[in-house]
Amino acid sequence: MANVLLASVIDGLLIGFVYGIAAMGLTLIFGVMDVVNLAHGPIIALGMFGVYLLFSLLGINPFIALILVAILGLLFGLLMYMVAVHRVIEAPPLSSLLSTFSVNMMIIGIGTSLFTTSSYNVEYSLGTVNVGSITVTGTRLSASLIAVLVTALLYWFLYRTRPGKYIRAVANNRTSAELMGIPSTRVLALSFGIGTMLAAIAGALIATIFPINILAGGSYELKSFVIVVMGGLGNPLGALIGGLILGLIEGVVPVFIKTTWVPVLEFLLFIIILLVRPQGILGTKE
Amino acid sequence: MKLTRYPGLILSLALVLLLALYPAITGSASARETVFTILMSIALASSLNILLGYTGYVSFGHIVFFGIGGYVGFYVLTVLGLHLFIAVLAGGLAAGLLALLLGKSILRLRGAYFALATIGVNEALRAFVNNFQPFGGPVGMDMKFAIYSEYGGAMRALWIVYGGLILITVLVIATSYAVKNSKFGLGLMAIREDEDAAEVMGVVAPNAKTWAYVLSAIFPGLIGVLFFFKNGNIEPGDAFRLHLSIELIVMVMLGGQGTVLGPIFGGAAYQQLRKTLLTSPIFKNIQLAVAGFLLLVIVLFIPSGAVGWLRSRFVNLRRVLE
Amino acid sequence: MSRKVLLIVGLLVIVALALTACATTSGGSSGGEKTVTIGFTASQTGKYNVSSGRQSNGLQMWMDDINAAGGIKLSDGTVLKFAAKSYDDESNKDRVQELYTRLATEDKADFLISPYSSGLTAAASVIAEQYGKVMITTGAASDATYQQGYTLVYQAYTPASRYLTSSVDLLASLDASAKKVAFVYENSKFSTSVVEAAKAYAENKGYEVVLFEGYDPDTKDFNPFINKIQAAGPDAILGGGHFQDGSTFARQLSEKNINVKFISLLVAPPEPTFAELGDAAVGVAGPSQWEPSAKYSADAAKAAGMDWLGLSSTEFAQKYQEKFNEEPSYHAAGGYAAGLLLQNAIQKADSIETSKVKAALDATNLMTFFGALKFDTSADRHGLQVGHSMIVVQWQRDSSGNLVKQVVWPSSGATADPLYPIR
Repeated sequence: MANVLLASVIDGLLIGFVYGIAAMGLTLIFGVMDVVNLAHGPIIALGMFGVYLLFSLLGINPFIALILVAILGLLFGLLMYMVAVHRVIEAPPLSSLLSTFSVNMMIIGIGTSLFTTSSYNVEYSLGTVNVGSITVTGTRLSASLIAVLVTALLYWFLYRTRPGKYIRAVANNRTSAELMGIPSTRVLALSFGIGTMLAAIAGALIATIFPINILAGGSYELKSFVIVVMGGLGNPLGALIGGLILGLIEGVVPVFIKTTWVPVLEFLLFIIILLVRPQGILGTKE
Repeated sequence: MKLTRYPGLILSLALVLLLALYPAITGSASARETVFTILMSIALASSLNILLGYTGYVSFGHIVFFGIGGYVGFYVLTVLGLHLFIAVLAGGLAAGLLALLLGKSILRLRGAYFALATIGVNEALRAFVNNFQPFGGPVGMDMKFAIYSEYGGAMRALWIVYGGLILITVLVIATSYAVKNSKFGLGLMAIREDEDAAEVMGVVAPNAKTWAYVLSAIFPGLIGVLFFFKNGNIEPGDAFRLHLSIELIVMVMLGGQGTVLGPIFGGAAYQQLRKTLLTSPIFKNIQLAVAGFLLLVIVLFIPSGAVGWLRSRFVNLRRVLE
Repeated sequence: MSRKVLLIVGLLVIVALALTACATTSGGSSGGEKTVTIGFTASQTGKYNVSSGRQSNGLQMWMDDINAAGGIKLSDGTVLKFAAKSYDDESNKDRVQELYTRLATEDKADFLISPYSSGLTAAASVIAEQYGKVMITTGAASDATYQQGYTLVYQAYTPASRYLTSSVDLLASLDASAKKVAFVYENSKFSTSVVEAAKAYAENKGYEVVLFEGYDPDTKDFNPFINKIQAAGPDAILGGGHFQDGSTFARQLSEKNINVKFISLLVAPPEPTFAELGDAAVGVAGPSQWEPSAKYSADAAKAAGMDWLGLSSTEFAQKYQEKFNEEPSYHAAGGYAAGLLLQNAIQKADSIETSKVKAALDATNLMTFFGALKFDTSADRHGLQVGHSMIVVQWQRDSSGNLVKQVVWPSSGATADPLYPIR
């Protein structure tokens, strides 16, 4: 029993880091511009397919392909912001929900006609690491290490660089940031780009662990919603911790109850946190 | 009561009835099925509009009421063996009760928080039904073909279901019109514009919101029963399909939120558009992408929807295009 | 006021015009040659698009074959040619009934073929029955559809209740000491009906079920499960669901080095692309409706006292490969078999009248490349497939180290000995 529990905790935490990265992208965008990006799932899927194509067609190592995918993710986000988001940034939430959802439909529509909905595998293995009776796969371990690295880089960027400080300023109060001469449109576009970049990275990491298909991003999008609410909407570090919590729940709870009850529990928790602590587990009262 | 005093209501009802009676007059089953899909969209979109359009609360998981109504009704029909009429009422009641229960809690949330919470409610309930054995768990429930014979055979049963849907659609539209033109509706719209100010002006926001939520939930519950009775089986994935929820928002948006006529136009136009794209040889393979593109164009350039746009262009038509 | 009235009238006229434009007419047929329309929906988009696409490919190939062979000649001299009419059902139920009604009435389909999946088929069955159209179902294994009192719906697949039982039989023949089995399955309509029947079957045979648990259809991470399986210590794992989750599960079982002697999963292992898993695929077995190496023949049919119709498995596989440039899966074979079932019934009935074709279908006792086909004709399970049975395949390494899918059960049709224990 103790063994099962330990193995489950480790598995849960490792996958939790990846969940965290996925959710961070969503929460960053929300924090800066109050937009819930409903194209988040399909962008995660694009990240998956980016790695898959680079790896299987050009033979590029998935972890190097990751860098390319991240850059593409950033560019995609900038483009998406300019085309679909900028015009509705001041409109009621419904408009941005729908405009990002329309991007979702376009990605899924084109993706389905290109790749169908069948599943693909990135045939890449880093072997396994055995500690006692516990087995951890190499790809999972490296994915979570990269997730930690990406988080560290994000924080360095947000707190130590000028564009990063701009982003935080705009998130805090756009009007006063504009008065201070911060080019808010460019900053918003950049934050959106970073958000989609994180989603693409999450997809790329997932592709090294699990088989992928064009619709697979959807379930990570839903998980991301749960995570960002746990961590507090708009709080990237909260998202990482929320991801770990969700990973733990998914890892440990099935030891005690039937696994199919886990989603019930997750979403109930989600609603309860929204009601009781809408600022998130970590957040402070406003 | 002079009907000509309500040109907006008359136009809306006339459009729906004309559409609804076409299959009944020609007796064409194929036309009936096509119109069934359209009417269902109109009714669901119109009921969502009561919350979304008038009150300004974006319910992303509105389909949860369709699902719970469908399940409760199906249970009443197959396990308890009661008449369709009772099943439909039970479905509507279940959906209304759920909304009442939820309304008191999640309607405290605003904006994106509320939208996310409704998604959570839908997913939680879907996952729950997936584990709930009395409702058949993941397998869902099936209905014997013989049940239709109680209603004069499958052929007649489908016409009865169709008639029921027409009735519900008319009810939804009348309710939507009545709400819009009542003091209650004005309160809702005040909440939409500025909730805090509305409360200062004496609108009891929590109560008003809850009742709007309940009203907009009952109709999907009724329709769910009809839909799954017609289908002959029910499964969690079909009953709580989040995607349909989002499609409903698109319909409301397309026609014009906050108007009575908008969701009618939006529902019909959306279904016709999807159908055209689906059967078109050029767009068949990328129909979803084309639909997405059109949606984007509408959101970016005509955010008030078709009816909203007409109203702003032709000011003297406002009494008709409500 | 008059402007408003005008506007109302104008709008009404537009709607009326739109409606009349919707109503279309279809042409009739002429003379000695008649075109028989076969209607169905396929999932060109959505989650079923791969399996459903293969199913329609198979059906299309049957149609091309029969038309190329000059159609079916009836005794009154009429020559029947076949044409397909199909729509996209988007893998969901919203429009299935609308489209099938359209097929049955407006498009005047003479016969219907089911959509892919049990859920969509259940919705289509209501319409088929209501309009008195014979519907052959393929890709729809759930037993429940055939227990609702339909009289015109006929199943080509082995039903869910017998999907995994052959795997249990295989395990029993391999190792009498392996008694602990774990059932791990997708919490969906199809897989749940399969494992519930298989569990009862296994328990009846004296197996101890040490774990019986479903997972959510969206599951990507099976590690929590695998840890649980490890704790239960079964000899065999049975279950799975569809391709995505099945292949993920197999991959993670291998990554975690789980010591079990036997694994049999639904749907995923028979797919040619399962080989992409590499080492993780080795030893994984699974039930299949049909395999290219299946050896059903005219001689075997004769010996069993059954009719024989159509081509051999190797011919089918070869032709399909040429036509669609991929190895056929059992979904494709199922589509072709559905066509053969209709062809056989029409020939026997010497007519396309529903009542005569129905009588012929009831009396079907046919063997094809797909296997034996025969229907239950009792009132409460009418149309359920009782003739066809499952093959068990297993992925093995051949002498040069390549992954190959071998048939290991039934032993009469086996292409290799089962690999046992696998780890």
